[in-house]
Amino acid sequence: MMLRATVHLTEPADLALCLRGLTKRFDRPVVDRLDLSIKRGEFYALLGPNGAGKTTTLRMVAGLLKPDGGAISVLGIDALRDPVAAKQLIAWVSDEPMLYDKLTPMEYLEFVGGLWGVEAGTSERSARELLISLGLEAHLNERCEGFSRGMRQKVTLAGALVHDPKLIILDEPLTGLDAVSARHVKGLLRERVARGRTVIMTTHILEVAERMADRIGVIVAGRLIAEGTLDELRQQIGEGDSSLEDLFVALVGGEMVAA
Amino acid sequence: MNSAATLAWFARHELRIAWRDWLGMMTSGRRSRRIGVALGLATVAVVMHLLAYAVVGRTADPFASPAPATLIVISASIVLGWALVLSQAIEQATKVFYARGDLDLIMSSPYPLATVMSLRMAAVALTMIALAFVMVLPFVDVLALKGGVRWFATYGVTVAAALSATATALLATVALFRIFGPRRTRLAAQVVSAIVGAGFVIALQVGAILSFGTMSRFAVLMSDHAGDYAPAPDSILWWPARAILGDGVALFALVSVSLVLLGAAMAVCAPLFGDSVMHVAAGSVATRTIAAAKPFRTRSPRQALRRKELMLLQRDPWLLSQTLMQLLYLLPPALMMWRSFGSGAGTALLLMPVIVMAAGQLAGGIAWLSISGEDAPDLIATIPLPPSAVMRAKVEVVLIAIAAVLTPLLVPMAIASPRAALVAASGAAIAAVAATAIQYWFRGQARRSQFRRRHTSSRIATFAEAFSSIGWAAVSTLVLISPLVAGITAGLLLLVLALTYAISPRRA
Repeated sequence: MMLRATVHLTEPADLALCLRGLTKRFDRPVVDRLDLSIKRGEFYALLGPNGAGKTTTLRMVAGLLKPDGGAISVLGIDALRDPVAAKQLIAWVSDEPMLYDKLTPMEYLEFVGGLWGVEAGTSERSARELLISLGLEAHLNERCEGFSRGMRQKVTLAGALVHDPKLIILDEPLTGLDAVSARHVKGLLRERVARGRTVIMTTHILEVAERMADRIGVIVAGRLIAEGTLDELRQQIGEGDSSLEDLFVALVGGEMVAA
Repeated sequence: MNSAATLAWFARHELRIAWRDWLGMMTSGRRSRRIGVALGLATVAVVMHLLAYAVVGRTADPFASPAPATLIVISASIVLGWALVLSQAIEQATKVFYARGDLDLIMSSPYPLATVMSLRMAAVALTMIALAFVMVLPFVDVLALKGGVRWFATYGVTVAAALSATATALLATVALFRIFGPRRTRLAAQVVSAIVGAGFVIALQVGAILSFGTMSRFAVLMSDHAGDYAPAPDSILWWPARAILGDGVALFALVSVSLVLLGAAMAVCAPLFGDSVMHVAAGSVATRTIAAAKPFRTRSPRQALRRKELMLLQRDPWLLSQTLMQLLYLLPPALMMWRSFGSGAGTALLLMPVIVMAAGQLAGGIAWLSISGEDAPDLIATIPLPPSAVMRAKVEVVLIAIAAVLTPLLVPMAIASPRAALVAASGAAIAAVAATAIQYWFRGQARRSQFRRRHTSSRIATFAEAFSSIGWAAVSTLVLISPLVAGITAGLLLLVLALTYAISPRRA
């Protein structure tokens, strides 16, 4: 069963991300002929139970995995044919913060800026602003080796934003963050969306998706089973004032039983 | 369970974990490799015995009346072995502090931490005894075969040496921890371990060069000079040598004193180790500020990659200690060259193989850190650069690092003998490129902190890397002595490299 709200995407140029028939198999199909379209300037939450194929999908978009089939278009660029050009526009944040223990947050962010060809002065300024906005002012020049998981996650997030990517892909970005930090991060992401950037995020914290996402996609067994705004999803399920959690359980529970 | 039973239960648990760790390291976790590993170990044992036969097979029977020179050589060998075991014991003892693993679980349990630490210290002692046995076993077997079972007393001395070295290492590690604190102890221990391990041999060589103009360690030990400075024949300092030569009283005293020493060290260190482990746990939360952080300014993504790699290499404690070790080994031939400065290429020949081998070995380590040891693989995989450009930047870093280490040695060599310097530089470059290529062919994905386990991921890569470094060192020396033989050897080495490539996972 596929429940899809009306998506007004007439021109491909409007799309930040377009997936067509995306497929990836390991010992079984993990992503199964997935079609997905996300508009520029949209905050999109990709939800699904464990093992649904969310991370695999996003890793293929970020160029970390090669798909077995299908097409990926990032802001009009064929990401499979010209991965370098696509990567220039993307930032990827995994759920496991990966940092260089022997670098300071400033060094790390300036390094990331250098990789994306950001001018050194701009990179340094932007790095400082981001780290301060995430509450890391006192730790700018400390090596990351002693940082807590939450601090590492914040540095990784700042690193993803330092080169001002047009498409920001986040896999469980709020894991390990305290409430204040999580609010900072959400504010930063909303601010990027307001500036026309696109955010795709997976999360198990449904309240975050409910509050932040313009549209929500639900994926089960590698296939998109529902998509739309929260109200559109409510209409599709036929439960007028349900929370996203209720909708998610209704959608995923039924699919998992069917599977 | 009473306390003795609990202790035994915990010791069994530790033993089981240690055994599984060792087995996992040897077989890379594959059961099918067990037979191969057993066969490999048996082959190594046979080869070691043959080598031991070549070295000590014709040793005269020293039991009748040990000459002073014999006592000096045996004592020096004991000190050398003891220093090597001490070097390893310091590393093992440091691991007890830093290996987090199950320590969080144990520290949160009602089990006394000091008891756990005592057990782990005992485990270090057992490991050192095993290591020392592996070192001496082939020689003792050959000597016993030729000279009778009296030589088995050496095993007693080996146990005593391992116990006393462990005791010293435990005390040294606690002292290092007190001096340097939780953050720097690991690096300090690696440096001390490198100096201790290489120090005695190098000191003997330096003594030989300064006194006799030769690098032969035996020249010092067998000289009248050494005899003049040797203690009186009835000195207690000869007891270890006399114990090896069959003096039962000396052997009993030696083992007893070592046991008491280890017991005392464990009693003193157990509470301190527990205390230190908690400091390390707290220290892992503490941070280290870079005093004068310079902006990370780069002109291109590739330059950013190179800068990052060089920065991480500079801050890598393993690399610092290994580079120090390599430089220590270069000290005697460099000193030899300095003493005979201007006498031509003859002395440069001594330095050349050491430089080339150091280049190969260091390049292998740096290449692993740079190519496989990537702590942020997702970031590097998502940067807007083709993978080939990323790899090129990483390989460039390896070559830059090797050039930085070796240039200060090659420049004076070039002044003394330009031709020898050119050959050494070429040999070092080839050895470095070959080692880097092997690491590239066998590249994987790991964290930099997993460096010490890199050898277990591919035995073929490990052997090929060592073979290549030694081989190019030989070729470099042969170029000046016999170019034809050098050419043939180089051809064989290229063949081995081609075979390595053919069976590498990247080729497959």
